[in-house]
Formats: sequence, structure tokens, C-alpha cells
Amino acid sequence: MTGVIDGLGRRALELLRILGHHATFFVELLRACPAALRRPYLVVAQIHAIGNLSLVIILASGLAVGFVLALQMYYALVTYGASESLGLIVNLSLTRELGPVVTALLFAGRAGTSLTAEIGLMKAGEQLAAMDMMAVDPRSRVLAPRFLAGIVSMPILAVLFSSVGILGAYVVAVLLIGVDAGNFWSIMQSGVDVRRDIGNGIVKSVVFGFICTFVALYQGYEAKATPEGVAHGTTRTVVIASLGVLMMDFVLTALMFSTP
Amino acid sequence: MTDVHLTAETTGRPHADLLVEIDHVVFGYDASRTILNDVSLAFGRGKVTAILGGSGCGKTTLLRLIGGVYPATQGTIRIEGKVVDANDPEQLFTLRRRLGMLFQFGALFTDLSVFENVAFPLREHTDLDETMIRDIVLMKLNAVGLRGAASLDISEISGGMARRVALARAIALDPELIMYDEPFAGLDPISMAVAANLIRTLNDTTGATAILVSHDVAQCFKICDYAYLMSSRGKVVAEGTPRQLAESEDPEVRQFIRGEPDGPVRFHYPARSLAEDFGVGA
Repeated sequence: MTGVIDGLGRRALELLRILGHHATFFVELLRACPAALRRPYLVVAQIHAIGNLSLVIILASGLAVGFVLALQMYYALVTYGASESLGLIVNLSLTRELGPVVTALLFAGRAGTSLTAEIGLMKAGEQLAAMDMMAVDPRSRVLAPRFLAGIVSMPILAVLFSSVGILGAYVVAVLLIGVDAGNFWSIMQSGVDVRRDIGNGIVKSVVFGFICTFVALYQGYEAKATPEGVAHGTTRTVVIASLGVLMMDFVLTALMFSTP
Repeated sequence: MTDVHLTAETTGRPHADLLVEIDHVVFGYDASRTILNDVSLAFGRGKVTAILGGSGCGKTTLLRLIGGVYPATQGTIRIEGKVVDANDPEQLFTLRRRLGMLFQFGALFTDLSVFENVAFPLREHTDLDETMIRDIVLMKLNAVGLRGAASLDISEISGGMARRVALARAIALDPELIMYDEPFAGLDPISMAVAANLIRTLNDTTGATAILVSHDVAQCFKICDYAYLMSSRGKVVAEGTPRQLAESEDPEVRQFIRGEPDGPVRFHYPARSLAEDFGVGA
């Protein structure tokens, strides 16, 4: 019995230590952000590295999701004679949920792992220690620009994902299946609320950008300075960021769309 | 320290003008393993002082303590009489602006070119215009013989060249204190001699203080004014001028300096007997 209590106590202490460590890292990162903002070229370079270079996978995935969504929704809706609602459902699915969530999952896999590996290898190669010894704070010079770039990039990527997805749905629904084009666009225009649907989708993607980038940077910065340490860090980035995004999506959806 | 240890009085070690003083420092990365065990060293201003010792004796750790990367468990480290507080970011920032460090493996920024690596501290800490930065960088690269390699990426240069670039970066801001962590490791004989001469010349021309951590006795003795020898137990076992250490009769000093396999320092990590491990003679 004593052993069980002892084990539980140790786990609780370990959990508190990890939470405290995350909180400390978060505060340090926030304190480093003003210095990074004073040198916007560092942030812009990172937006190019982690945002621009994720464009291909995001656009290709958005198009594919749009194709599939249009097909699946058409077959479901046509059964009930509601195929004219296709444009609205595709749009709401993409802007409210699929756009932010799938973009975040892809971002965690593409940019998140890249960030973790980069920071982890910089640590293993003593580049961060060298910076520190040169009186250059690696949090301001390396971490904060990437953190801000991640938060800025994610909503832009999510909007592009949703836009391309809608175009994909248009191609399948209107050009291939023959749904009326006017109906496809007009029901979308009348049924989608810019603030509630698109705005909340963007808010979600900002939060997801924060989660993915924070997790990636933390895992890279705290990775053991060995090949195995960096490999574990990149794996943890995908797992933790993906789970974090999915759980936070539920919370945000409950808060944003609790009323009809 | 053993009886042969050379005292400050006999060696002429500088008393009045010490830049760095390490006073009875104890340090371990965790409570179970002590790396530095009550070490006291002093580094004279404008001198080249070497810290010699085998791998894992705490030489690099000592440099990191001087740079304030870690706080000492016990004892104090003073630079110009001021205690280095590893928990005071502002003091560390001021301190680190005045020192340069050559890392054991170079620690070059792999996303920057050779030129940009050397320019990095200049861009971070000065408002010099691009022409001035270019001139300083090329001068520093010229000093290490790599002016022609300025435009290369780090992936395009050899390990030895990388260490020379790191050396150029360490001296970019003409620091008062330069710490060299294994500056001769991995260099070919020509580069090694050039690096050794450069360290000495820098010291003579700029008056910078140099702390040199190495296990290359021959190169260190050529250029240093004073040397400490550390044991694997994290203690200073001898100190003195190169000549005094070379003439020392202390068995541990002799073994290290002459590279003898047998002596007080064991080559083998503690283990069971050969008979026990190979199952013979039982």
C-alpha cells in the first residue's frame, strides 16, 4: 500500500515538474518575443521556411479533401433530395473544422518535425550554447522568431486549405457531377456567416498554430543532445501536437458553436 | 596537490593582475558525480594559461563555469574581482560581451556561410556598417588563412577548416578574455602550428587573456606562459611554467607529459579481473 502511494506521489511530482517546466519555457518564450518583433526580418525568414515551404502539401491536401468531401456529401444529400445544400455543407465543414484541424495536423507533421529536428540538432551541435556564450539569447534569436512565424503562418495556411478545398469541391460537384453552379455559390453566400464561421475557423487555426509551434520548439529545445534524443523529440512533437490540436478543437468547437 | 606542486611564489604566477580567479570550486552535473573537486586556479591578465588534463577531467566544465553557464556548487569564480553569478542574466550578458570562446567542435551555425558565421557577433553586438563588417570579417578570416573560403557554406568545409572559422568567430569582437576548448583537436600539423601561433600572436598584440584547454602538451607548452594539470578526479595536481612542469619529478605529471601508459593514472576503467571475465584460471 505504501508502495502504491509512493508511486502515485512520484508520478504526481513528475507531472508537476513537467508542467512547471513547460510554463517556465512558455514565459521565457513570451519574454523573448518583443526582441524578435524588433527584428521582423527574422520572423519573415521563418514564415518563408515553415509557412511558404508547407504550401505544396497544404494545397494538395486541401484539393484532395475538397474532392472527397464533395463526392461523399453529394451521395448523402442526393438521397434526401438536398443536393443543392452541397456548397453550404462543404464550406462549413472546411472553414469551421477541416481547414483548421487538417492544416494543423499537416503542419505538425511537416513544419513541426522540421522545427524540432532543427532546434535539437542546433543544441546537439552546441550552436545554442555558442550563441549563449556570445551574449546572444537563443530564445530571442532562434526560438521566438519561429514561434511567431508559426502563429502567423497557420491561419494563412488554413484559409488557403479551405479555399482550395472549396475549389476542389466545385470541380467535382459542378464540373463533374453537374450540380448547378449558381446554386453552389449562392447558398454558400447566404448560409455562411463571416464572423461566426470563417472568423472562428481562423481563431481556431491561430490556437492550433500556437500549440503546434510551442510543442515543436519545446521538444527541440529540451531534446537530449543525441541522435536518439532528436528522433524522440520529433516523434513526440507529432504525437503531442496532434493530440493537443484534436482535444483543443473539441473545446473550441463547444465554446464557439454551442448555440445553433 | 602533491609535494612537487609548484607554488605561486616559485613560479612567478601573476598575483597583482589576475583577470580570472577560481577559488575552491566544487561542481557536479548531478549530486552523485563530482566533476570538479575543490579546484583553485588563477589566470593572469594578458597571459596564455593552459589547463591540461585527460579526457573527462572537467576542463571544459571549468570553462563553462567561467562563462557562467552553470553555477558552482561551492566556491567562487571571480572575473576582475567580481563574482560570476550564473543566475544573473544581466551580469552574464555584460560578461559574455567581453569574452570569446572557441568550442570543442566549432559550434558553427550550419545555416550560415563562413562569412556570416564570423560576421554573426558583429551584427548582433555592433552597429557597424556593412563595409566595415566585411573588412573585419575578411581580416579575421585572413588571420586563420580562410579569406578565400568566405563564401563557402559550412557543409562545404572540412573539420579542420571549421575549427579555424570558429576561431575567427571567437576573436571577431577582439575580446579581452578568449577561452579555447581543445583548439588543436582534429587539426593537421600545419593548421595546428598556425592555430598555436595565432593564439600566441593574438595574446601578444591585443593583450587579451587566453585560457587554453587541451591535452596536447607539446603545442600548449610552446605557447603558454603558465599551465595547470588536472587529474581525472577533478583536482589540480600540478601547476607551473611549461619548463617547471616538464622538469617535474611527480609521477602523475611525468606520466601525462610523456604520455606513458603505466603510472598513477590507469588506462583501464575499473573492472573485474581478466580471469574472471574470460572464465580462465578459476
